[in-house]
Amino acid sequence: MELFRIKKDIPFMSYGRLTTSISLITFLLSVFFLAHRGLALGVDFTGGTVMEISYPQAADIGKIRSAIDGVGLKDATVQNFGTSRDVLIRLPIKEGLSTAQLSEQVIGVLRQDNAGVELHRVEFVGPQVGQELYENGALAMLLVCFGIMAYLAMRFEWRFALAAVIANMHDVVIILGFFAFFQWEFNLTVLAAVLAVLGYSVNESVVVFDRVRENFRKMRKASVAEVIDNAITRTMSRTIITHAMTQTVVCSMLFFGGEVLHNFALALTIGILFGIYSSVLVASPIVMWLGVSREDLVKPEKKETADALP
Amino acid sequence: MNRYPLWKYILILASLLFGMLYALPNFFGEAPAVQVSPAKSTLKVEPALLEQVESALKAENIAIDGLFLDDKGIKVRFATPDAQIKAKDALTERLGKDYVVALNLVSRSPEWLHNIGALPMYLGLDLRGGVHFLLQVDMKGAVDKAVERYVGDLRTTMRESRIPYLGVVREGQSVQVKFRNNADKAKAETEIRKNYPDLLLKESSDGESSILIASLDVPAQKRIQEFALKQNMQTLHNRVNELGVAEPIIQQQGMDRIVVQLPGVQDTAKAKEILGRTATLEIRMVDDEKSVPATLDAAAKGQVPFGDEYYVDRDGRPLLIKKSVVLTGDYITDAGPGLDQQSGGSVVHVTLDGRGARIFKQVTRENVGKRMAILLVEKGQAEVITAPVIQEEIGGGRVQISGMANVQEATDVSLLLRAGALAAPMDIIEERTVGPSMGEENIYRGVHSTLWGFAAISVMMILYYMVFGTISVFALGANLLLLVAILSLLQATLTLPGLAAIALTLGMAIDANVLINERIREELRNGSSPQASIHAGYDRAFGTILDSNITTMIAGLALFMFGTGPVKGFAVVHVLGIMTSMFTAVVVSRAVVNLVYGYRRKINKLAIG
Repeated sequence: MELFRIKKDIPFMSYGRLTTSISLITFLLSVFFLAHRGLALGVDFTGGTVMEISYPQAADIGKIRSAIDGVGLKDATVQNFGTSRDVLIRLPIKEGLSTAQLSEQVIGVLRQDNAGVELHRVEFVGPQVGQELYENGALAMLLVCFGIMAYLAMRFEWRFALAAVIANMHDVVIILGFFAFFQWEFNLTVLAAVLAVLGYSVNESVVVFDRVRENFRKMRKASVAEVIDNAITRTMSRTIITHAMTQTVVCSMLFFGGEVLHNFALALTIGILFGIYSSVLVASPIVMWLGVSREDLVKPEKKETADALP
Repeated sequence: MNRYPLWKYILILASLLFGMLYALPNFFGEAPAVQVSPAKSTLKVEPALLEQVESALKAENIAIDGLFLDDKGIKVRFATPDAQIKAKDALTERLGKDYVVALNLVSRSPEWLHNIGALPMYLGLDLRGGVHFLLQVDMKGAVDKAVERYVGDLRTTMRESRIPYLGVVREGQSVQVKFRNNADKAKAETEIRKNYPDLLLKESSDGESSILIASLDVPAQKRIQEFALKQNMQTLHNRVNELGVAEPIIQQQGMDRIVVQLPGVQDTAKAKEILGRTATLEIRMVDDEKSVPATLDAAAKGQVPFGDEYYVDRDGRPLLIKKSVVLTGDYITDAGPGLDQQSGGSVVHVTLDGRGARIFKQVTRENVGKRMAILLVEKGQAEVITAPVIQEEIGGGRVQISGMANVQEATDVSLLLRAGALAAPMDIIEERTVGPSMGEENIYRGVHSTLWGFAAISVMMILYYMVFGTISVFALGANLLLLVAILSLLQATLTLPGLAAIALTLGMAIDANVLINERIREELRNGSSPQASIHAGYDRAFGTILDSNITTMIAGLALFMFGTGPVKGFAVVHVLGIMTSMFTAVVVSRAVVNLVYGYRRKINKLAIG
């Protein structure tokens, strides 16, 4: 079976202006939603308590809420998730209240009401820990960007490095934009997904760049735009197949992974979709506009290392 | 050109066999077990204990499924949870306080696997249920406490060397000693310098009296803080032992934090209470001279005499208690509940160590006829348990604390006292609790995500690339096998995000094979011979695969460095998965391709779809 036999090179570079403006608009929208709505940060980052409980029958949210209000926790949010029997309770950080005992207090009250209630999960994060996790997350992201840039600058050229990182950051900002727009909860696991996307989507750019370099060597007479067009077209099949495979696994997580992996899988899905787009249609035009030329990559005295045998 | 030398095939075969062997224990499942480990680090696990356990279980007619001895303790495996519970009760009764008997799960894998170090993957708390706490040690509190001790010590020194002084008070993190004149001060200064080399002395005066300000130097402060952390960890160990947890983890994190992980703990409220309580005992004198009704009334309104604190005891009687502490819980070696022989009320029997006994004897001798208050201090809140009159000098270091409300309270207080005092207050700043049913559900979810993802990829690959797709799937399976084997061998903690990382790694690792297969097709299309196409396909794709894996690796390493908890679990698996996928996707798949095509004379067509 072969689905993508493309005879002629698709002139992607001539659409460059269009594709990058689409990106720019999505990007700006994401930034707007991020600034306007902000991320719905989970307890990992804000601090607070999350409790996951389940009842033998359908839970009465109103009753739970009033029971919790009775303990003096007015700011608690109570909601169903998954099924009508599972309830998620969020308690914000309160000054001067021993937060560690809070969850015990709540479950105590609820048990009085219904002895069958079962505590599935409690997460409590103190405010200082939340702040640290937030900072560490940001630091990790910076480190990934610099690490990837340094590696690509060494393996290819600074223009490729810069283009790849811009394309990547664009993916990350769009993922964050989605999370801000839909107010999906952003927690540590989602952060892990975002960083994984950073590593994954740069793969995409690397595959195309590798082809670009190879083409510069082979297609002596072609223009830069032709070289890039050919590289993208010829890696197209691989791009689609690979992403389809990865997305299959992510879908499997989305279906079977349950609540904890749900947002993780969502972040990956968005990352994969925009990863294809950005590495092909954002990174490559940027490389071209940064003025890459044959001489930058094909150095006569240097022998190609990529030909080494496995 | 598509042939590997023999040693390469052997190497690949060996690594696959290794993978199978070490991944094997994961398929046997787990059986209920009881773990017996010494409660104190001084106690060694000896073969004699093994016999003791065996005979105890035989006496109770409980069938044993397996018995393992390692340096941490003894694990006894049972066929049913019922036998497990019965055995735990029997052993707890037989072995007494010196050993911790806890419920646990052990692998059902046969002994020979256990002997070659092949264990199942080490599951994190989110997969097996349990509690994770991060405790912050209040380092300033540790120094405060030390300074408070110096107040008493300096006072004793002045008295012993007969230097007249006006008062000793704590001011923040320093101690002020007031003297009538400079001569006394100079004398005191030499005396203090001799006895307490850790103290920095500064002179000052407030017009009427000369003052000596003593503060701790930086190395001493640091030492006190390090000691406080160590002692708190030790105390936590003792307390966790009281809880009876099979494989607790108590680790220092950073300068001032302690991680406590209690797998399988169901009663989180109890765990939290025992860990979180920072109760310590303080013995102080009641200021009997000032305890006249007028002063007490004034004190109740907030005008407390200097050097005293105002408390109300359990019966509502007002008390003025001196601030200086005679004894703290640090001197306690043992405590147990009991009944008072005369009154029949609940009491706690406390045994003091040598130094504590000496101090207690001296204080009781000097204060016969006066009242002594016993306070339980919890989170900075002190409660007067009892304030009896000292009838006579009490020697020998055995003290009986009366005033307990009931037996339960006596038990609780003695547990707290026995488990040791904390050198500095601690707060739980992070808690993650996962119920046992949730843990199982998480395993189910993670495993199913991986398996269904793998199945779907396999079908797609085989349909799309035919023989080469099948080979790719084989390589992917080898990747999964090796990854599981390495995770089992390293005993790295596997969390739910870690399981997700396994699935994701499969989804990403297939990229290498897609790249190779696409490349081979392209070469064929360009008119190369099948053999040359295979060769060129693998060669050309390798550079790209290397580059893309290294960039993914950079992201994985950053996650590992900065990640905590679930993120770190993800990063470990991700990084390991990238490494194994490099091997399987390129080397293993090539070996199979070589075996299939490399030895044929003539190939008309490659089955690559």
